[in-house]
Amino acid sequence: MTSTERTISVVVNGVPREATVPVRRLLSDVLRHDLGLTGTHVGCEHGVCGACTVLLDGQPTRSCLVLGVQADGHRVTTVEGLSRSDHQGGQVLHPVQEAFRECHALQCGFCTPGFLTTIAAGLDTRDATQPITDAEVDELVGGNLCRCTGYANIRKACRHAAEAMRAATGAEVATSAPGEEAAT
Amino acid sequence: MKPAPFGYADPTSVAEALDVLAAEGDGAKVLAGGQSLIPLLSMRLAAPTALVDINRVAGLDRISASPDGVRVGALVRHAHLLASAEAAAVQPLLGRATANVAHPAIRNRGTTVGSIAHADPSGEMTAVLAVTDGSVTVARPDGSTTVGWRDLFVGPLETSLHGAAVVVDAFFPALAPRSGTAFAEIARRKGDYAVCGAAVVVTLDEDRRVAAARAAYLSVGAMPEVHDLTDAVGGKPVDSADWTAAGELARTLVDPDGDLHASADYRRLLVGALTARTLAEAAAEAERRTP
Ligand SMILES: Cc1cc2nc3c(=O)[nH]c(=O)nc-3n(C[C@H](O)[C@H](O)[C@H](O)COP(=O)(O)OP(=O)(O)OC[C@H]3O[C@@H](n4cnc5c(N)ncnc54)[C@H](O)[C@@H]3O)c2cc1C
Ligand code: FES
Ligand code: FES
Repeated sequence: MTSTERTISVVVNGVPREATVPVRRLLSDVLRHDLGLTGTHVGCEHGVCGACTVLLDGQPTRSCLVLGVQADGHRVTTVEGLSRSDHQGGQVLHPVQEAFRECHALQCGFCTPGFLTTIAAGLDTRDATQPITDAEVDELVGGNLCRCTGYANIRKACRHAAEAMRAATGAEVATSAPGEEAAT
Repeated sequence: MKPAPFGYADPTSVAEALDVLAAEGDGAKVLAGGQSLIPLLSMRLAAPTALVDINRVAGLDRISASPDGVRVGALVRHAHLLASAEAAAVQPLLGRATANVAHPAIRNRGTTVGSIAHADPSGEMTAVLAVTDGSVTVARPDGSTTVGWRDLFVGPLETSLHGAAVVVDAFFPALAPRSGTAFAEIARRKGDYAVCGAAVVVTLDEDRRVAAARAAYLSVGAMPEVHDLTDAVGGKPVDSADWTAAGELARTLVDPDGDLHASADYRRLLVGALTARTLAEAAAEAERRTP
């Protein structure tokens, strides 16, 4: 009635993938070891740090708290899937990736994939025409740990990315992001 | 930090899940959101021989709100309950408490029913089930029964459910007329388990006097308990009730433990402060709901 190994089909970053995995293998390890996608980082392996966060059917989810078999038939987006093709052989970064680079929101980069996936999903699903509030920013980044940056630049990158996405909607944009002075 | 080997099944109906649980015996466990169970597996604090994953069972992901209360299916994620305006309208404590459960990414996967089945005395929803006088529906091979919260929780991380049993939903009774609720907790970081928390309900009579006040606490004691605080404030007009006195009473009723995060004395202090604050808030809501 039960099995110890399964063949699973998962659409990872838009590409259908198959793997035969032991049922006890965590999704984080399936992504890294079976599918070779090492962008997903594994820190605490018990849900606390957020480094391993991926999007499962579009929703930020700890990949260390999901079994690989449970992703069978679902869609997974990892940090490798946040950028999109520019149709000239290159890639266009997600606005939050651009903002992280602009704002120096990473140092060692270990926590970065989890922040990027979480923030990207949050920004992609909010009303982009509205300015982002400090409370929204805190909710977006509050579940992830970073040992290097002290968070100020990560929060700043959130606001920058939200402003860039707001500008892209054609809404009128203030010259500096709201709350920026207070936090820098 | 990897789970020990186990057998895995992902049935598509409750009946099939019960079959597998019965066949696998005591070593089998239900897997819902996995946000408590998978860490336990990885840390090898639990090593079930089989996991029965209920995520593919149809029909368990519904919230139904009626004038009697809110029924939350076993696959309703914390995030879904938090977003439900219908649930909040019938029992406002649900949204207020769920907002304090973990971080958004955990809330996307973890279930309300799973956190009740997990019976963590630090959990928000165990306290809410208790203070609202709720129950769960338990499916077993020989049929379904309703189990009230008092019969469900038997110790820290321990319920009375043994053998082949699946909790199919939890039922939270509606907020009574002329009543109000409040929830507050103290945590080291928002989203972490609370050092201490309080879920309270206040009911007024037709003359706006306090008819009843009760509270359940988080991270205080081995399992959820409801404390009746009516003695300190009962019969008093709502605007002159001494909520601090109710907090003092609560401090004498609880028996918290000390640990790494807080001493027993500090927890008792928090019980007093959170009780006074939440009762006042709940009373204000009860007043607004009193014609
Ligand atoms: C970093 C982190 C922070 C967290 N913070 C909080 C917090 O602040 N407050 C809080 O309350 N929780 C917190 N949690 C836990 C989270 O809320 C879990 O979702 C919840 O405790 C368990 O629900 P689940 O669906 O994930 O259950 P699972 O992990 O799948 O299961 C938990 C237990 O319940 C049993 N079970 C689950 N569903 C059923 C069912 N339908 N029938 C029978 N048995 C069942 C399982 O067999 C298992 O023993 C946190 C988790 C993490 C990783
Ligand atoms: S590795 Fe998954 S949350 Fe830390
Ligand atoms: S940049 Fe090093 S942990 Fe965040």
